[in-house]
Amino acid sequence: MLASGIKVLFAGQNMQRLLGGFLVTLRVAIIVLILGGILGVLLGALRTLHNRPLRIILRIYLEIFRIVPTVVLLFVAYYILPQTFGLNLPGEEVAVLVFTLWTAAEMSDIVRGALESVPVHQKESGLAIGLTQAQLFRYVLIPQAIPVALPGTINLATRIIKTTSLLLMISVMDIVNVGQTLVEANGHKNPSAAFWIYGMMFILYYILCAPLSQWAKRVEKKRLERANG
Amino acid sequence: MNWTVITQSLPQFVAGFGITLKLSVIGILGALLVGAIISLVQYFRIPGLRQLATVYIEISRNTPLLVQLFFIFYGLPGLGVKLSATVSGVFGLIFLGGSYMAEAFTGGYNAISKSQIESGRALGLTDLQLARYVVLPQGLTASVPALAANVIFLIKETSIFTVIAIPELTNTALDLIGLYYNSNEYLFELVVAYAIILIPLSLALTWLERRVRYASFGN
Repeated sequence: MLASGIKVLFAGQNMQRLLGGFLVTLRVAIIVLILGGILGVLLGALRTLHNRPLRIILRIYLEIFRIVPTVVLLFVAYYILPQTFGLNLPGEEVAVLVFTLWTAAEMSDIVRGALESVPVHQKESGLAIGLTQAQLFRYVLIPQAIPVALPGTINLATRIIKTTSLLLMISVMDIVNVGQTLVEANGHKNPSAAFWIYGMMFILYYILCAPLSQWAKRVEKKRLERANG
Repeated sequence: MNWTVITQSLPQFVAGFGITLKLSVIGILGALLVGAIISLVQYFRIPGLRQLATVYIEISRNTPLLVQLFFIFYGLPGLGVKLSATVSGVFGLIFLGGSYMAEAFTGGYNAISKSQIESGRALGLTDLQLARYVVLPQGLTASVPALAANVIFLIKETSIFTVIAIPELTNTALDLIGLYYNSNEYLFELVVAYAIILIPLSLALTWLERRVRYASFGN
């Protein structure tokens, strides 16, 4: 019974359609990673400055995106943007917007933590030899913060990829949505089609995320070894 | 914002709130149990089981809960395993959470300095005594922050249960929006409901982290 379902995967255009959905997933993940990453680095750097109101505002921004589940944020944007702001964006763009803001919030915390992990005497030495604020970031803080921030950033990338599975909920034709359509079309004739199609999805997400997780682990181990001698 | 809409839909939200809470608690307890077992299997390098644990962690951590739920709920019947939506949801949450909890425990054990273990061995402690008196007391304290983060993470993940139509909070809100179109009110209630669960909990967990930190470092 199981064996009959696997034919559905390779029948007609099914595999191409599934991989096409996978490309949508990938596209969203990459755009979000780039935009959210850039915004997150800026916000993270701002959070290390001694400006109380700014720090409080950015902290509240982070906490909101931490407390409210991403699914809920997605639906809030999906319904509120057109109704309240008259902004009728396609689902994919709504998702990119929400995921980018969420990524930026998480990224800002990684960047802040990494910048603050640089010992104070490094900063003071830099200032003592007459570096400007910009030079201090460029030559002292950023080079030392990158190895600290890297594992968290790679892990955030896998979280972004996994979060793209939510695209289905606002009717974007991502891999999960395409897979569901295939299951609905073939499920009656072939009850085990679902097993193979969702199994395939499992494998595709795994292929994408597993190397990243491994990389993050390796980088973190190397950093700890260097830090602890 | 229309307040009658909110008061009228309140009973449904209260019911959804209860389901979210109940499934979260069961899922988190299950995940803690699975995570504790897996982490000990890995720490003591139990042959055979250890490789199995690694495979499980790899799969669980590198795939989204949504796909895991679809696979359990729609895919497993192909193997003759039919689970109700609620059971699939809890099972999925434990499957996902178990690996996160295991990594949190492992991180805690690894935080113990080697000299502690070596001193224990020098005193002639057996593996079990070593676990009971050296590894667990220090390792569990060190893993509290990561465990706390996972608790919050797993509660938020229950919002994904809506895709297999478990009537938890998110599903309740989406159903009501589908029926009556009052999206502003229902989404407001939804956000408030999650805030009611998560804000006090995250404050409590921060307090706990500080207490535990005090126990081990005295500051």
